[in-house]
Amino acid sequence: MLKKLEAPLAILGEISHRCPLSCAYCSNPIELIEKNKELDTDTWLRIIDEAADLGIHQIHFSGGEPTVRKDLEQMVEHAHKRKLYTNLITSAVLLTRERLEKLKKLGLEHVQVSFQDSENENANRIGNFKGGHEKKLEIAKLVREFDMPLTINAVMHRQNLHHLDDMIKMSVDLDADRLEVANVQYYGWALKNRAAFMPTKNQLEASMEIVEKARKDLKGILVIDYVLPDYYAKRPKPCMGGWGRQFLNISPEGNVLPCHAAETIKSFKFDNVKDKSLSWIWENSEPFNKFRGTDWMPSPCKTCDRREIDWGGCRCQALALTGDINAVDPTCEFSPLHEKIFGSAAEESSNEAPEFIYRLYSNKEVEPIKK
Amino acid sequence: MIDMKERLLLKSETIPIIPKHVRFEFNEVRKEWVLLAPERALYPDKIAIAVLKKCDGKVSIQMIGKELAEIYKAPVEKIIEDIIVMLQDLADKGFLKEC
Repeated sequence: MLKKLEAPLAILGEISHRCPLSCAYCSNPIELIEKNKELDTDTWLRIIDEAADLGIHQIHFSGGEPTVRKDLEQMVEHAHKRKLYTNLITSAVLLTRERLEKLKKLGLEHVQVSFQDSENENANRIGNFKGGHEKKLEIAKLVREFDMPLTINAVMHRQNLHHLDDMIKMSVDLDADRLEVANVQYYGWALKNRAAFMPTKNQLEASMEIVEKARKDLKGILVIDYVLPDYYAKRPKPCMGGWGRQFLNISPEGNVLPCHAAETIKSFKFDNVKDKSLSWIWENSEPFNKFRGTDWMPSPCKTCDRREIDWGGCRCQALALTGDINAVDPTCEFSPLHEKIFGSAAEESSNEAPEFIYRLYSNKEVEPIKK
Repeated sequence: MIDMKERLLLKSETIPIIPKHVRFEFNEVRKEWVLLAPERALYPDKIAIAVLKKCDGKVSIQMIGKELAEIYKAPVEKIIEDIIVMLQDLADKGFLKEC
């Protein structure tokens, strides 16, 4: 039990950066961790023990694509034994009926499947994976057949927002419990492709109306979460519910991060699970303590009545857009850069969308699927 | 294809149950009750804990209300009303079903 701090609620285990898809909006860092640097099974099992001992409630197995690891079964089984609520965040394209059934038997409690669109051709173009959409539908149906709750993660942007209605209908047809309408966030690789994804203000307003209406019509049938594209927001998102407040993220090589984009902050030295325990890191790690609470905040944030709602927004975004890690998140209307950011989004989205720069695990750019 | 589900509207005769994929449990490290659902952890207050402990698929909301009315010395109709509001919110999120 920790002395000074509340324990985190959940742990996001990015067990591998490997992924068969090449989505241009990938928010993982530009430099991916290679397979031979990934943590081994025993280390993950120890992390799970340490998480349970800390009182952490949930573990999300993510990546990259978590199902590339053949020891996922062992991790799920152990996490379930230690009473962590287990969640698989997957693209689903590598899963089979047999493997999903086995994972369920070993204690998997929830599956989140990502979708690139509701429409076959566009979905496979965005993920750059032939047959991907069909496979996702098949696995999503199996999740429900095996009586597990299903979340659909729909990554939305200017090239598929016109299908939002269909995406909602698809989620209902798949008998999903929840739909996450996640507008692209521009971290890591995604930042290279911002102009290809940034929606127009009109698209955004239309999509918010669709979500509002669907929430009313589908109350008790489908829960819809909505992640705003925050360049158009008035207030920043409370990233991770506040830095070092509720979540910790473990990278494939074992670095413990306050959020999955934190390694874009090059000035930080993150502690690694191979050297220190999770509880030591949660309490003492310098990057965690740097932006915890409200003491670190710059002047308009420090006295803002939303300081314990927004928690100063997103540090990675502040750094990426202003060059200053300590700056006000420029998606906040009280940032001196807010108008400029808003204007650049509006301008980018009104120009013709450039070609995607696809992401590949080898970090090489790839040719798109031929139409 | 699975039939599309309908919204569950709770009434006093509904027998509520916490579905298999939601866990209502006492965390021994934190020393507190928690409702664990997909990508959510909710901390119920004292009254909600008392209600959720009864959502075992055996008793109706009316019976839960009667029992709690005696313990908390409050009018039974008001208690049932409050329970329905609280549980309806959970049902709408998919964290509660009827038996």
